Amino acid sequence: MTDYPPKLAALLDTLSTFADPAERAAVLIDFADKFHEVPPSVATRPFPRSHQVPQCESDAYVWALRQPDSTLKLYFAVENPSGISAKALAVILDRTLSGLPPEAIARVDTDIVERIFRQNISMGKGLGLMSMVQAVQALARSAPHS
Amino acid sequence: MSDISARGYAHPEVLVSTDWVAGHLEDAGVRLVESNEDTLLYASGHVPGAVHVDWTSDLNDQIRRDYVTAADFERLMSRCAITPKMTVVFYGDKNNWWACYAFWVFQLFGHTNARVMDGGRVKWEKEGRPLTRENPSHPPSSYKAHPRDDAPHRVFRDQVLAHVRAGGQLVDVRSPEEYSGARLHMPDYPNEGALRGGHIPGAKSIPWARAINPDDGTFRTAAELRKLYVEENGLDPAREIVAYCRIGERSSHSWFALKYLLGFAQVRNYDGSWTEWGNLVGVPIEKG
Repeated sequence: MTDYPPKLAALLDTLSTFADPAERAAVLIDFADKFHEVPPSVATRPFPRSHQVPQCESDAYVWALRQPDSTLKLYFAVENPSGISAKALAVILDRTLSGLPPEAIARVDTDIVERIFRQNISMGKGLGLMSMVQAVQALARSAPHS
Repeated sequence: MSDISARGYAHPEVLVSTDWVAGHLEDAGVRLVESNEDTLLYASGHVPGAVHVDWTSDLNDQIRRDYVTAADFERLMSRCAITPKMTVVFYGDKNNWWACYAFWVFQLFGHTNARVMDGGRVKWEKEGRPLTRENPSHPPSSYKAHPRDDAPHRVFRDQVLAHVRAGGQLVDVRSPEEYSGARLHMPDYPNEGALRGGHIPGAKSIPWARAINPDDGTFRTAAELRKLYVEENGLDPAREIVAYCRIGERSSHSWFALKYLLGFAQVRNYDGSWTEWGNLVGVPIEKG
C-alpha cells in the first residue's frame, strides 16, 4: 500500500466513495472548473518545451517553484480546451502536493491516476495523465531537497 | 472548407455542417448524439439538446465481446428519445472517430436515417458555438428495432481469412508503426494485449486520419479521398474492401469515408481487428 501525503490520501478516500461514474465525472469536472493557469509571473506563452508533459494530448505544461520554506508550489498550463481530465488532475495535484517538500512529492506514484479517474479514464488519456504525474515527480527530484 | 454538397461525395446527405446543426437545434425530428472517447467531455459541455451514447457501456455487450442486442438497442433508443423515423446526427471528439463508430453500430440495427456532423466537436467549439451542461429532458421514446443484421457492414475472422486467401482488398487504418509490427498498440495508448505485431497479409496501410483536414476536422473532398484510396493505394471501388484497426473504432471512420463519401460498392468493418487477429493461432501475418 502506497503511503500517500495526507491531503492526497484524504482526497483519494473521498473519491473512492463515488461508485457511480456519473457522480465521479461531476466531481472531476468540478475540479477542472477550478483550474487556474500558470500566472504570467511564472511563465508566459510560448511556454518552454522543457516544461511540456510528454505523451499528453491535452498539451499540458508543469512548473514546480521552490518556496522560501523549501517546499514546492506546482503550476500547470493545459492548452487543449477539451483537456478536462488534465485540468482536473492539475487542480488535484496542486491542492494535495503544493506546500510539500520535494522528497515527499517525488514519492507520489502514477497509480493515483487510476485511483482518481477509475471508469472515467479514457483509452487515450491514461498514459498522458500518468506522464503529468511523472513530470511532477521529475521536477521534485531535480529540486534541491531539504 | 467548401460546402458539403460541392465536395463531390457519393452520398453527401450523410454529412451535415455545424451550420445545419445550429439551425436544427429545436427540430423535433432531429436527435443529436454525442459519442466521445473522453468520458468526461459530454458532461463538461455538449451541444444543446444532444444526448450521450457511451461506446463502451451503451454499444457493447458488457459480458461477451459483441455489440448490444436488439432489446438493448431499443432500451438505449428509448433513453435517448430516438424514434425509428428520427434523423440522428452523430458528433464527437477525435475528429468524429467515435461518432462514426456509433453511426456504424446504428447501421447494424438498420437506423439508416443517420448523419455525421462534419468536423465534430472540435469544429463546433472552435466556431464558438454554444455548449451546455444541462441534460436534455426529452421524454423516453418507443422504438421497435430491426433484428441486428451484421452481414452488410461487419465481417468476422473466418470471413476475413477467406477474403485474404482469395486475394481480397484490406485497409489497415492503424498507425504505420502498428502496421509494420514495430508497435503492438497506438502511440501513447496502452498495450491491449496482441501477442503478435504486423498486419493482415495484403492490407494497405492508410491511417484513418488521412481522410481528415487536420485544421478543422472536416472530411477531405471526394477528389482528395479518391486520390488517397484509389490513386495512391490502388483500391478498386468495385471490389469488396475490409477495413480494420485495433478494435474496429478507427476503421469505422474509414468505413464511413469509403462507403458513403466515395460510394465504394461493398465496404465492411472487421471489428475483431488486430486485438483478435494478432492473437489468433495459425493465421497468416505480414510484417514491415
